Amino acid sequence: MNAEKVLMKGNEAIAEAALRAGCRFYAGYPITPQNEIPEYMSANIFDAGGQFIQAESEVAAINMVFGAAAAGARAMTTSSSPGISLKQEGISYLAGAELPAVIINMVRGGPGLGGIQPAQSDYFQATKGGGHGDYHLLVFAGESVQEMVDLVGLAFQKADEYRSPVLLLGDAVLGQIMEPVALPEPVREEEMPPKPWATVGTGGKRSKNVITSLRLHPELLEEHNLKLMEKWRRMQANEQRSVSYRLEDASLALVAYGSAARICRRAVDLARQEGIQAGLLRPVSLWPFPERAFRETADRVDAFLVVELSLGQMVEDVRLATNCVKPVSFFGRTGGVVPTPAEVLDEIRKADPGTGAAPGVQSTRPGGCCR
Amino acid sequence: MTVVFQRPVTLSEKGTHYCPGCTYGIIHRMIAQAIDELGVAGRTVGVASVGCTVLAYDYLECDFLQASHGRAPAVATGIKRVRPDAIVFTLQGDGDLAAIGMAEIVHAAARGENFTVFFLNNTIYGMTGGQMAPTTLVGQKSTTTPGGRQAARAGRPIRVSEMLATLDGPAYIERVAVDRPANALKAMKAIRKALKLQVDGVGFSLVECLSACPTNWGLTPGEALQRVGRELIPYYPLGVYKDVTAKAGPDEDQTPNGGDRP
Repeated sequence: MNAEKVLMKGNEAIAEAALRAGCRFYAGYPITPQNEIPEYMSANIFDAGGQFIQAESEVAAINMVFGAAAAGARAMTTSSSPGISLKQEGISYLAGAELPAVIINMVRGGPGLGGIQPAQSDYFQATKGGGHGDYHLLVFAGESVQEMVDLVGLAFQKADEYRSPVLLLGDAVLGQIMEPVALPEPVREEEMPPKPWATVGTGGKRSKNVITSLRLHPELLEEHNLKLMEKWRRMQANEQRSVSYRLEDASLALVAYGSAARICRRAVDLARQEGIQAGLLRPVSLWPFPERAFRETADRVDAFLVVELSLGQMVEDVRLATNCVKPVSFFGRTGGVVPTPAEVLDEIRKADPGTGAAPGVQSTRPGGCCR
Repeated sequence: MTVVFQRPVTLSEKGTHYCPGCTYGIIHRMIAQAIDELGVAGRTVGVASVGCTVLAYDYLECDFLQASHGRAPAVATGIKRVRPDAIVFTLQGDGDLAAIGMAEIVHAAARGENFTVFFLNNTIYGMTGGQMAPTTLVGQKSTTTPGGRQAARAGRPIRVSEMLATLDGPAYIERVAVDRPANALKAMKAIRKALKLQVDGVGFSLVECLSACPTNWGLTPGEALQRVGRELIPYYPLGVYKDVTAKAGPDEDQTPNGGDRP
């Protein structure tokens, strides 16, 4: 892309990216640290021919998105952790009714009202269901304003492709930071897939379309769920995304996503200056988890160090994806505390298999990862 | 041969799951007839809710969605905003609209969203087996007020039409009943008018239809219809509560009747 770069705040760049991706319906409810997204949408979506509603609650917002998506529009809602919890019922309905929509969670510390500082403690909620029922979402997480912008475009595209809600995770670091960003060209109408299933009126030309997640007969519901599972298998086959950094000759693989990965990249550089062969494997798709990249990496490195802004959530998927063939240790700060690269470097020294102690002994779970 | 009466085209031939004596089927028929008369079936989108109306998409021949409990007005808002030419209506029971969905109905009405709400008030949760609703009358027995609703324990019933009529947003609110032919004729007129106002872009319209639920009231169909007139209408008076198209000055025919206003 050779578009001219502009300096933009993350939240505003995300909103602009949504407009350029063809988002024509936005509903949201105020919550820090993502308020610039609804504010930007309210100022700009009408000129683009779209609609903005400040809903009476997050619950109403996600259901407005349900209606707009059912009527064929590219629709989005954004919020932060407590508000995303409120949207979970609606997200389950979207998944059950196979409606495309984009949801962005600028995660803040929890549980409860928690705080407003950066956190990654909603990983379980994002990747393991969140709402009720057998379902998965496509879940992406970027580490820079540019990547968040690119992922917004991808999210709308994949939502339509799979007829599924797509969840994008960020946090206050990515929402509030200003960085140079190359904005994509607006998506043209003809680039968007037709939606013959939409409930827009039959026009007297076809039988009625019905959008529902209700299937009272167990066999029919099972059949529907199996059909959804086929979709998730396709996602698992085709949508695994990850980025590696200085991993080619690494003996220790750091694992981090989103803003934690920014810190880890710096920590990897510091470790390399000390002669520690560290690298970084950064998941971009949190669901499907990039298992293939982890299996390949597990063959080459001696140990993993997972760094999260939580008490340890993604680390479980790392252990599952690698089948614990190499020790997996964990370092996390929580509640909105963001570690410095120096803190991570300390953990790298402890976890590095080359610096003395045996692998796994230094792990926060001594004796190996699966026991 | 002249056809003087027939099934509306928009009413499907499928038999409903409604209990004997339930008046939901009558109201569905009226909605279908109004859609036919206005000639808008091809651009109509219905929103079913949770409760006995959950399967309404099987009974009406137009595009349909099924919303989560109480959220039909939010879903309808999303549809109507991106498809302003669509004729959008919700079908909601009193548990759905007046309990879990109270925020959504109030704010859709306050925003003056240009869609139509058919609010079917039978003073009880039907689908789940007869629990107390916000509209259950004091003294009325339900499975969660086994000795009859006591105000001290369970509060007092909510008059939705009166409450929403205090807002500036709605264009038209009327309460009707289908317990006897004279009332049913007025109900048909109100349903047609509500949809017509939407077609004309006038704004938010709501028709509250007092409905009978013999199964959960423990009455025969005939007794249940009698109860509508004897107990429901005195507490929930029929009439027009809001009409921005009405001429100024009191209109005898449009004033709520049948009991003292609170």
